[in-house]
Amino acid sequence: MIVRVNGRPAELPEGATVADAVKAVGIDGENRGIAVAVDGEVVRGTDWERTRLLERQAVEVVRAVQGG
Amino acid sequence: MDSGHAARSRERAEDVRLAAPKPATGPGGAEGFELGGRVWGSRLIVGTGGFHSLDAMERALIASGAEIVTVALRRVDPGGKGSALDVIDRLGKFALPNTAGCYTARDAVRTARLAREAFETDWVKLEVIGDDRTLFPDAVELVDASETLVDEGFVVLPYTNDDPILARRLEDAGCAAVMPLGSPIGSGMGIANPYNIQIIVERATVPVILDAGIGTASDAALAMELGCGGVLLSSSIARAKDPETMATAMQQAVEAGYAARRAGRIPRKLHAQASTRDEGTPELD
Repeated sequence: MIVRVNGRPAELPEGATVADAVKAVGIDGENRGIAVAVDGEVVRGTDWERTRLLERQAVEVVRAVQGG
Repeated sequence: MDSGHAARSRERAEDVRLAAPKPATGPGGAEGFELGGRVWGSRLIVGTGGFHSLDAMERALIASGAEIVTVALRRVDPGGKGSALDVIDRLGKFALPNTAGCYTARDAVRTARLAREAFETDWVKLEVIGDDRTLFPDAVELVDASETLVDEGFVVLPYTNDDPILARRLEDAGCAAVMPLGSPIGSGMGIANPYNIQIIVERATVPVILDAGIGTASDAALAMELGCGGVLLSSSIARAKDPETMATAMQQAVEAGYAARRAGRIPRKLHAQASTRDEGTPELD
């Protein structure tokens, strides 16, 4: 299925979870400073593995950067 | 004027003099900066944006003595450089997330919630911008976002303009401080309206932190002399020719301005007041 991850279409298998989307942008392991929203709503780190994604949902994976 | 009027004028002047801020006592008995329910050792808050390298950022942050450091949230970039947050954690500083880049209350609130998750903190510097040329805050969206975030238990530090009425609204909404700009972000123009800043200071019952537009050390010192509880600056250090040296200057300026404020300055007068007494002047003509 196609979901949007960080503004770009991404092909993920049916039943893919938020955790899969996070891995797809290259984050593996270290969660400090990372947060995820699906269709604008925060998904807590503890829920990434069990939150399944649906076709066309928009996933934003963000991290702390210099700024502010 | 009659003696009653003169006496009342003296009393009011006395009240103003005595209203100088009392230092809070922090850890180890040193004066502390009470903000958001915690006591901090530094009144200087520094941003992390705009440094050439993480190493330059690290050296400047150390030189500044700042304990609170602002960070932003952006999309993960697989090719992205190493982590600002790693440096901040290693230095033992507190990362204050900023809703930089938000133009609506809805965006800012969602960003704050993301930040809460990413940083495991309830603190947020709330920025809701109205215009991308001036980066001035959108007052209406700002108050809306503040109310929502305070209700959700955030410690809200709102970036605002120098309107004392808006500052009061933000305080009434439950913000932990008010952070009026001196001039546009990154402009280096200093404090455009020190009179409004003074008015905000005299009415606020939460700390006032001058945030945006600081260009050099004297601007930071002036903010403290006007009675601000702290200063937040970023570009003035990151984009200085020598950020580490400027960071040291800013640290000293904030301390100097704060001490000068507590010392109780002499008033401005149109005419002279001799510092040497007349009595005992020799006649030599």
